[in-house]
Amino acid sequence: MTQATTSPSWERLRDPSFWADWTAAVALVLLIIGFSIASPVFLTLGNIQALLLAAAILVVLTIGQTYVILTGGIDLSVASILTLGSVVLGQAYSRGWGIGVACLLAIVTGTLVGLINGLVIAKGKITDFIVTLGSLSAASGAALVLSNGRPVQIADPFLLRLATGRLGPIGYFVILAAIVAIIAHFVLFHSRFGTHLLATGGDTEAARAMGINTDRIKITAYIISGCLAGIAGVLLTARVGAAEPASNTSFLLNSVAAVVLGGVSLFGGRGTVIGPVVGALLLTALVNGLTLLAVSQFYQPLAVGIVVVLAALLMRYQQ
Amino acid sequence: MSFNEPIHRSENHRAENEAGNGSSHPDSIPPPFTDDDFLPSEAVRSIPAQPDRANVLLYIDQVSKWFGNVHAITDITIWANRGEITAIVGDNGAGKSTLIKCISGVHGPTAGQVFLDGKPVHFTSPEDARRAGIETVYQTLALCNDLTIWQNLFLNREMVNHWGPLSFLDQRAMRRRSAEMLSRLEVNIPSINARVRRLSGGQRQAVAISRAAGWGSRLVIMDEPTAALGVRETARVEELILRLRDDGLAVLLISHNFDQVMRLSNQIWVMRSGRLVGGRRTQDTSGKELVSMITGAQQEEAL
Repeated sequence: MTQATTSPSWERLRDPSFWADWTAAVALVLLIIGFSIASPVFLTLGNIQALLLAAAILVVLTIGQTYVILTGGIDLSVASILTLGSVVLGQAYSRGWGIGVACLLAIVTGTLVGLINGLVIAKGKITDFIVTLGSLSAASGAALVLSNGRPVQIADPFLLRLATGRLGPIGYFVILAAIVAIIAHFVLFHSRFGTHLLATGGDTEAARAMGINTDRIKITAYIISGCLAGIAGVLLTARVGAAEPASNTSFLLNSVAAVVLGGVSLFGGRGTVIGPVVGALLLTALVNGLTLLAVSQFYQPLAVGIVVVLAALLMRYQQ
Repeated sequence: MSFNEPIHRSENHRAENEAGNGSSHPDSIPPPFTDDDFLPSEAVRSIPAQPDRANVLLYIDQVSKWFGNVHAITDITIWANRGEITAIVGDNGAGKSTLIKCISGVHGPTAGQVFLDGKPVHFTSPEDARRAGIETVYQTLALCNDLTIWQNLFLNREMVNHWGPLSFLDQRAMRRRSAEMLSRLEVNIPSINARVRRLSGGQRQAVAISRAAGWGSRLVIMDEPTAALGVRETARVEELILRLRDDGLAVLLISHNFDQVMRLSNQIWVMRSGRLVGGRRTQDTSGKELVSMITGAQQEEAL
């Protein structure tokens, strides 16, 4: 979908795999039409700003997940890394180490957990599912240990400005998420690393036969995922105004769901960055719209689940 | 050291062969090697030609590869000439794959020496071999289905533009060069932007061969290039192999298809149970003889 094909565009529209690639975009458009008819508030500038702000953290997390899934793996630890990063930030801040150092430590912690994930998966030859399930538990445990189970309030002007400030009509969060997405897109399609990542995920043996160090590629993908989860931890702390050791399971499920909605093959080697970003927007819009329509909060996970499974069904047409 | 020792030995060999040619019965050719441990005598008898210094590109001198106690190949001495197709035939488990892995840098030989262009070479990885101009077309082709043709042709050899410390893929240049690589070998493929997944088996083989031939390589090793192809596609791929030969490359062909080996090759080496059974110039042998050499039935037949 990123490469220009020679076939005329109308021919592509009849190709079911085209629709599978663009599941998220099509669904997002339908959802926006539906919600804007049902609720006059949905398409107002204020609501769109709130929606994008709410989506930013998920977008950052989703991009890391996308890189891992493109290698044919999965990172179940992203939400726990986010929590751990947030707690590390809180602890460092409450010890008076300064907000810059605290944020940096949160990101470094996420990166380190990602590195460990990658090393154990690539060098230890253990299934990604098991390794990241383990680090899911270990990272949330570490967050509890570090914080002694107690949240830390953070009223820092820098974090406050990060969460509420905006450039024109666009919030800093949104700008940050957009920058991450643009860089991730360029790295994936315009760098050697990106091509090698797709090759590793698509056919590890072939990539290795061509001399690509597939272990290094996989480890790097988990490092990126961990680093972005750490950044997402900083964003969440800024948004909530506190570092809480509480688990954020919905972030994990939504990040995987957004990747699936975004047309990325769970077998690896095929996908985009834009797709999962749109997937994350779709999931956030779904929750936002249902809230506007005063649908009980309890229905939201149900709706997300149905949308994801429907998307996965559509993906079967992907070639 | 280099070539001197083996070639010297081969010259003796030639003299003895010529002496034997006077006789109508091939069994009367005396074995050129006195060392009985080196090769079984029936095998030695059938080594036909000597490496010709001017044309030989690859010379494998008494290469052995052992995995612990398993002797995968023992004392293999073969060579391949520029501008020729050299076939290696043998039954499953004869050691063909191990031999080509010793040449392509996957394995280091336990004993013996590989010479390329008269110089001893030691490869520690396939990249080493590739840098020296040895390319392998694997049976699996090593193509990534979800990447485009040009991405596969340039996989791990991407062309980049530098922007200070950053580098970006030069997609335009890679597309252009890909089209050149394919057209040089007269490979017809609808679009270099097509994903490999959409190609037929023959087209994939053509892409893999073009990639192997397109990097200034001097030796292309092909492992069963037409095993999975239909009749018409096989013919296309065979044309492609002949074109590589005409371009002056040395081609090392592993094939089970005797018909193909007889049609394409200039030189044939026969392996059995990890040893070299013999070698023939293709015009001097027949499919029937090859079968008997491969199965070891030759002696009985000769009687």
